[in-house]
Amino acid sequence: MCLAIPGQVRAIYDSFGMRMGRVSFGGIVKDVCLAYLPEIAVGDYTIVHVGFAITQVDEESARKTLENFREMGLLDEEFGEVV
Amino acid sequence: MLVPRISTMAVSSPWSQFSEPEQMSSVAQPDFSQWSCPLPLRDYPLIVMGHGGGGRLTSELIEHIFVPSFRNAALEVMADSSVLTLPAGRLAFSTDSYVVQPLFFPGGCIGDLAVNGTVNDISMSGAKPLYLSAGFILEEGFPIAHLAAIAERMGAAARAAGVAIVTGDTKVVEKGHGDGCYINTSGVGVISMAGPCNGSIAPSQARPGDVVILSGTIGDHGMAILSVREGLEFETILRSDTAPLNGMVESLLRFAPHLHVLRDPTRGGLASSLNEIAGQSKVGILIDERKLPILPDVQSACDLLGMDPIYVANEGKLVAIVEPGCADDMLRVMHESPYGRDAAIIGTVTAQHAGILAAKTAIGGTRVIPLQIGEQIPRIC
Amino acid sequence: MKYLDEFRDEELAQHLAREIRQIATRPWAIMEVCGGQTHSIVRNGLDQLLDGAVEMIHGPGCPVCVTPLELIDKALHIASIPGVIFCSFGDMLRVPGSHMDLFRVKAQGADVRVVYSPLDALRIARESPGREVVFFGIGFETTAPANAMAVHQAKLQEITNFSMLVSHVLVPPAIAAIMKSPTCRVQAFLAAGHVCSVMGYWQYSPLVEKYKVPIVITGFEPLDLLEGIRRAVVLLEAGTPQVNNAYERAVSFEGNKSAQKLLSEVFEVADRSWRGIGKIPLSGWRLRDAYREFDAESRFKVSTITAEESPLCRSGEVLQGNLKPNECPGFAKECTPRHPLGATMVSSEGACAAYFNYGRFVPVESIQ
Repeated sequence: MCLAIPGQVRAIYDSFGMRMGRVSFGGIVKDVCLAYLPEIAVGDYTIVHVGFAITQVDEESARKTLENFREMGLLDEEFGEVV
Repeated sequence: MLVPRISTMAVSSPWSQFSEPEQMSSVAQPDFSQWSCPLPLRDYPLIVMGHGGGGRLTSELIEHIFVPSFRNAALEVMADSSVLTLPAGRLAFSTDSYVVQPLFFPGGCIGDLAVNGTVNDISMSGAKPLYLSAGFILEEGFPIAHLAAIAERMGAAARAAGVAIVTGDTKVVEKGHGDGCYINTSGVGVISMAGPCNGSIAPSQARPGDVVILSGTIGDHGMAILSVREGLEFETILRSDTAPLNGMVESLLRFAPHLHVLRDPTRGGLASSLNEIAGQSKVGILIDERKLPILPDVQSACDLLGMDPIYVANEGKLVAIVEPGCADDMLRVMHESPYGRDAAIIGTVTAQHAGILAAKTAIGGTRVIPLQIGEQIPRIC
Repeated sequence: MKYLDEFRDEELAQHLAREIRQIATRPWAIMEVCGGQTHSIVRNGLDQLLDGAVEMIHGPGCPVCVTPLELIDKALHIASIPGVIFCSFGDMLRVPGSHMDLFRVKAQGADVRVVYSPLDALRIARESPGREVVFFGIGFETTAPANAMAVHQAKLQEITNFSMLVSHVLVPPAIAAIMKSPTCRVQAFLAAGHVCSVMGYWQYSPLVEKYKVPIVITGFEPLDLLEGIRRAVVLLEAGTPQVNNAYERAVSFEGNKSAQKLLSEVFEVADRSWRGIGKIPLSGWRLRDAYREFDAESRFKVSTITAEESPLCRSGEVLQGNLKPNECPGFAKECTPRHPLGATMVSSEGACAAYFNYGRFVPVESIQ
């Protein structure tokens, strides 16, 4: 139900009254409906499902999450297997 | 002499929708002024039922399109069959039909696939491909300019591969009964008796301990096709990888009899070929997904559509299964070929889990990779 | 791809898996609701990485699997009407109805087209004014905004030859139905991250209150899934059922208000029948009266079709997490992806198909 991937908005335009964007997914570019993200701007990242942007990626949050994982990994290495 | 009228049905070049159309074909519109009859053809440059009838219209196609594109002495004899002399050795014989849609896609057209595909099939038994036939089934209303572009590409592909298209046939079906153009190519090649391999390269020959080498990136062709298919289109630099592999194969034959299997993973992708080999050789194959060469754009396109590159078609890649002692040398030889720059060792053959293809996943888990039922389709879940 | 590849990091995945193995004192039974999550778990071999530390139960979050049989049969009927262009997501093409599927109907001459987005179907309708274009609007809350927009635009742009066959299902009622079942073994849920991107996660607190199970909002990449499982185990070990958002970069408490607004304009809640489970009250969406003209069921007046399930199929039990696919007597024998008896074997997210395709009937220990 949920195959949605993050892409970067490269351009915004209007089509038949709908706010649309050209979104790049690691090099692949697709036209995506941005109607549900009225605040999103060029350069922002968004999660896209069946041609619709459903949410903006919180980049700060993404960075923090990865950092937490890395820290967990470091602790793991430091202390080894803990019962 | 009749002055040719200006055609009222301009047919645009089939390449104009892609970037770099000039590089693909110089034939935008055949010059009908040299065609002898009938007059309406000049104003109606489409295939009609008569072109398959064997009469004057068919001869026109042969004379003005096929012969100039395929250019070889055997074809120009124009007998019912082409009589050829083959070098001594065992005969390798292959046939394939091409029904791809769309006919023209980034990186090539149905004509490229038709030539390279059969050249490659013959090469996979260790044979040197020599001669091809080309049978066309055209749909009434198909633009002759498109046929000319396809034929031109076939001629160029044949010359690049060092083979000749020596015989052919054309039939026409009524409008609505065909997708524009279908092509069948059959081909023959020879495994020299004096050569090192002499028929010992086959999908049933993989043995536990062998190394699996892939000649380059997977999924390019299938995703390039999808990028122009209605309902799924996306913009990309991806191009089909269609290419003749006989040159590379020739350089690999020096490893025979240590070279056990050669296979080109076309429809069904790498997964299908490796499954077939595992089944026929009654061995297990274990690959490491982290080692698979995949273009970032192919991965992105697969992520977008929910597909797995391991099942996506290729048209210019091969898998070689070879004894471990030769693997590094073989890799080096592949890297020297223009079509093997991204070659990589991707796995091993094992006595365990016979008949099954398994993989170490990108995060270090394991999974079994089964044969797919039918074609892979994009998904939303 | 940025914000995707980083969450597939092998080393970090190994760390997270190790962490889970260390903190779990017993094999907690955790259900991932979303079919996309099932697919990711099995395809990446996550369950093996966890090595029995937890038991993953695959839930009914596969809209393809739960679309009622009668609706599939209606879809097949409509697709077979001469002149109709029937557009669908790829997932639905192989789902078996009582006698056939969309692939077979296509083979018989129907114009069935796979599209990536409902807007593609709308475009086809705009470009083919003489033809009726029907879109098969299935999905959970994630897909509903797209389907809503397509219908809304059809109305605004007066594309009268467009209609939608709607089969929308909702996650919270499904969770409630599973918890109410007397045979329920689920101790925690991984909620579907993208459903929550749209709806937020305010709907899950009442469920936690009532059923006392942790619900962790979880993403789809290996690291996201492992983190969701880890947080569920932490809450289970502590005995503190809560809602927890483990997919912060894509989910907020309120969700996407803009999408929710159009959803409430276009759809209204209705009872829905879930294939293999039965009727769950107020568990789906249907088009409101204002959009009735675009409802394919009304437009094509398909009379009630009596649908017949295979007697061997036990999808329902699998969907509720009470039966593992390889415990079903028909698994890999009468029922295979080539000859599926039920939807869970057809959809690549269906638990049965995932098990078959990723080889859970082969003893995985033998693969090093």
